[in-house]
Formats: sequence, structure tokens, C-alpha cells
Amino acid sequence: MLENARSGHSAGPLGMADLLAVLFGHSLRHRPEQPGWEDRDVFLLSNGHTAPVLYAAMAHTGYFPTDELMTLRRLGSRLQGHPERTALPGLENTSGPLGSGLSQGAGWAQIVRDLDGRPDRVVYVMMGDGELNEGNIWEAAMYAAKYRLGNLIGIVDRNFIQIDGDTEDVMPLGDLAGKWRTFGWHVVDIDGNDIAAIVEAVDECRRVTDQPSVILARTVPGRGVPYMEHDHTWHGRVPTSEQADIAVAALTAEGETR
Amino acid sequence: MTAADRAPSAPPLPTEPIRMGFGRGLLEAGRRNDRVVALCADLVESTQMHHFRDAFPTRFFEVGVAEQNLVTVASGMAAAGTVPFTSSYAAFSPGRNWEQIKTTAALNDRPVKVVGSHAGLNVGPDGATHQMLEDIALMRVMPNMVVVAPADSVEAEKATIALAADPRPCYLRLARDATPVFTTPEDPFVLGKGRVLRAGSDVTLAGTGTMTWQLLAAAEALASHGIDAEVLHFATIKPFDADLLVSSAARTGFVVSAEEAQIAGGFGGLVAETLSEHRPTRLLRLGVEDRYGESGAPTEVVEHFGLTARRLAARIAEALGVTRADG
Ligand SMILES: Cc1ncc(C[n+]2csc(CCOP(=O)(O)OP(=O)(O)O)c2C)c(N)n1
Ligand SMILES: [Mg+2]
Repeated sequence: MLENARSGHSAGPLGMADLLAVLFGHSLRHRPEQPGWEDRDVFLLSNGHTAPVLYAAMAHTGYFPTDELMTLRRLGSRLQGHPERTALPGLENTSGPLGSGLSQGAGWAQIVRDLDGRPDRVVYVMMGDGELNEGNIWEAAMYAAKYRLGNLIGIVDRNFIQIDGDTEDVMPLGDLAGKWRTFGWHVVDIDGNDIAAIVEAVDECRRVTDQPSVILARTVPGRGVPYMEHDHTWHGRVPTSEQADIAVAALTAEGETR
Repeated sequence: MTAADRAPSAPPLPTEPIRMGFGRGLLEAGRRNDRVVALCADLVESTQMHHFRDAFPTRFFEVGVAEQNLVTVASGMAAAGTVPFTSSYAAFSPGRNWEQIKTTAALNDRPVKVVGSHAGLNVGPDGATHQMLEDIALMRVMPNMVVVAPADSVEAEKATIALAADPRPCYLRLARDATPVFTTPEDPFVLGKGRVLRAGSDVTLAGTGTMTWQLLAAAEALASHGIDAEVLHFATIKPFDADLLVSSAARTGFVVSAEEAQIAGGFGGLVAETLSEHRPTRLLRLGVEDRYGESGAPTEVVEHFGLTARRLAARIAEALGVTRADG
């Protein structure tokens, strides 16, 4: 998909694949054949540059044909380089500029819980760790805690990379769990590439109803592709066709043993 | 040789992204003045600040993905007697932090230099969220702000050096994709002055940023249809060289503006305001018309919006009533 598009982001999406597989394949209450179903849980992608993994999750759960994945980033495609809500049914928000998703999630969670009387509808917001540099995230964190939005679950792709390097060099996040806790959030710290741990973390967060929850999902950027793993220079690069073949072979082999 | 001698029909010119000239200019500005500092929001190489960072590590500051902090920290650094250059993509700075720029740089009158790279449609595949089209409108309405959109990398280098020496807050608009380098080191660059790149008598083509080259090429196509176009380049959008535009309009009686941005409030808006006040003239504004961009290869998207030389020439010829002008 990315090889074919010849531009886009590789590392983040690969690291997040397990998270989105669990959410779209298991945790989310949704009907791919009926986007906009009024009882659905909501998934907001705040780190929009990871769109390829969202598109893949959506296609593989039936929102649109998997063939269409190859149109990524092409003129006229519904799969815009960064997600555009009005272009593709099933997308809940337009994103790409970082830092705005958690606030939108808080607003949505507030209304379904308080005005619609549907605290069972959960709003999930996926964020990057570099994205947490944005002040807007922490404004939302205070807001959600103030209103005890128990139906809001944040997920941070804690892969320790951003564009200019290691997150702890660019803008140290330090004790991230401690930060969210002092902001009033329930925090779950997991291996974000461990399927069972992800399932359990989501279940735990759903049981917490008197405060918002955040899952700090420690992931391996470029997960499953040896030459990409942990290398921040793969943030915004795409593989050549030879590199793509190696990547697909490695992922396929791992898929068979997993 | 100057830009005016380099006809688009001559052998193909080298191409280079405009932002590269900024990278070189900032390095040079840093050499000339040790109070020039630089700040970036997690896009150092994309915005070409790495040359400065590597040469002057103690005068470079990484703020992370935090554009509001980027310009406000810079305002504090300016207050402390430095000339801070801040860089990100134009979509985020000034896209996200406009009010902070207004209050802490422009109204507060501090020489913060806001450098917005990847402006316009040519960001291509990244799509609408990253194609900044509203920045010209946003920044030119800000009192005290200087707004500059160079036409190529050579001019961007000169503009950067000029802005570093200017005491005002400034916005510098840069593009991502490689475009022809048609100005030369000998060409003059004066903040606030436009330039005549091609003299003509039938129509005035006024361009800014990446569109100036497209207009020059369009002028050649129009010449083959017997239309003698004058091409003006306005690297400085604010303060605007109204005299140059008005005197050309007075001679040709027909003006075309072109920009890789929204015409509403943008460069086209500026040209319309200027002409209607000083010399009402027929005007065709070419640019993006009240819609967002979309993903696609850079030149494909620019073509889709009718802003390549071929499409510009056809639209101008049609407006002038010349038939069969497909460039
Ligand atoms: C407001 C804003 N500023 C800058 C960018 C450019 N940008 C895209 S991704 C990125 C790095 C984000 O880091 P992280 O969220 O950790 O993503 P990862 O590199 O792990 O995929 C940046 C700075 C952006 N998209 N939005
Ligand atoms: Mg990251």
C-alpha cells in the first residue's frame, strides 16, 4: 500500500497494527456495513499520519473493499493522505494536524453520556507519543478529568519516536503514566504489541466509569519489519519495492507462527 | 544574466525546492549575526533548519510538536535581543498559532520570523489538511507583519537574509516540491518591491511564489497566439508595491493574478483591492476558489486546480477572447 503510494508513513502504522486489529476486530461495537449506526462506539484517529493502518483495519472489517487500499494518496481517492471524514464513510474525524483528537473525543463522550443518556457508548481516541507535545492534548486531559468522562478511552502509541528523533531527546515526556495520573486519568501501561494485553487493557478501561482512561501502549515502531524497527528515520518514509517484498515476507512468516 | 533573460523556452532549468534556499539563507544570516537564533517544531530537515542547527548548535532550539509554544518562546527570545526564526509547515504555523503570532509578535512588535514551509497545493499526496491555502489571507491582514513568498530557491535565500536584517515580524512562505530555479544571484532583491520579469503591452500577469514561473511560461504560450503579456513578480506581498501593479495595469488594461492559495483574501484579493481603489481594471484571479485541496502527485494536483502554465495560458486566452488557445 505504502510502496504503491510512494509517499506516506511506515513506522507508526506498523507499530499500531496490533492495537487497531484488537479495536476493530474485537473491542469496538460497530457495524462496518452501517457506518453512522447510532449505537456504535466511536473511534477517532488523532495522529492522522497513521491513516494507512486505519484504512487497513477498516477494509479488513468490511467498511470498503480491500482492493481500494491501493488507491491511497492518489488523485480522486477516498483514501486521502490524511483521513478526511467527508471523503470516506466510516471515518469519524478529519485529522493530520496533530493534537486535536482528544478534545473532539471529550466533546463527543460528554454529549452521548449526558444529553443522550448513553454512557455505554465509548469514545476511543488514538494518539501518537510525539503528538503529546501539543498543549491541546493536555487541555483536553484536564477537561475530561473535570467532567469524569468514564466513557472516554485514550490510547497512546508509545513508540518513543517522532520526526526529529527519540521522543526523549526531542521533547522529553518523562514519567508519562505519572503525568496522566496527576491529570486525573486512570492509566494502564501495556506492551502494545501483545494482543491479549490489549484486550485486557480495553476491558479494564471500560470497567472504569468515573474517570477517563488512557492506555499507554508501548509499541515497536516498524513492528515486524526488521530493518524498520525502532528507527525514527522510517517515520515518514516508504519502502522501495525490494524492501516492501522483504517486509511482507517477514510479516507473513510471523503471522503464520503467531 | 538576470531572470528576465531566462526565457522558459530556453533549455530546461535546474529545479530545487524553494525551502532549500531558506536553509542556505538562514545559515548565512547566522554567520552574519550571532544574535540570529532558530527554533523548530519537530520538522528540522523538512524545513531545512538542519544546516543552521549543525553550524550553530547552541543557537538552535527544538520545541517538539508545539507550534503555539514555538512562536511564543520565540517572542520571548526576541524580547531578549535576538532575531528568532521559527519553522514548521505553514498549515500549522501560522495555521495553528495565528493569535499567538498576532499578539506576541506583531502587536507586541518583536522581530519573530515565522517560516511556513510546504505551503500551497504542491504538498501533493499529504492532502487537504497539509495544503496550506489560507496563509496569505491570514498573514497579510495582520498589522505590522511583513509577508514574503519567494519564487524560487535563489530568491528564498536572499529573502531570508533580508528578513534577518529587518526589524519587523515577518512571514516567509515556502514550498516543498522542486520548482525551476530561474532567478539568479545577480537579480536584485528588495523587500517591498515587485519586479518586471517580462515587458508586454496586452495584459499584466501578476504572480507570487511558485506561480510566477508558471506565468512566465504561460506568457510564452500566449505570445504564440499573438498576446504580448507583461509578467510582474511580487515576492513581497506586504508591504505591497502597488505603484508597480497600477502603472502596468494602466498600460495594459487587463490584469491576471495567480497564486497557489485561496484567491479570496489572498494575493488575488490584494490585487483586487489595489486596483479597485487606484485604477479599476478588468481582473482575472487565478488560484484556489473557495475549496480545499486533495491528495495526488504534486504536479497532478496543481494541474487539477488549473494552475500549470498550460492551463493558465488557456484560461487567460479565453478571458481575453482569444479562441483555440490550449497553450
Ligand atoms: C500540528 C502538527 N504539527 C506538526 C506535524 C508534522 N508531524 C507529523 S507526524 C509528526 C511526529 C509525531 O510524532 P508521533 O506522534 O510520535 O508519531 P510517530 O512518529 O511515532 O508515527 C509531526 C511532527 C503535524 N502533523 N501536525
Ligand atoms: Mg511516536
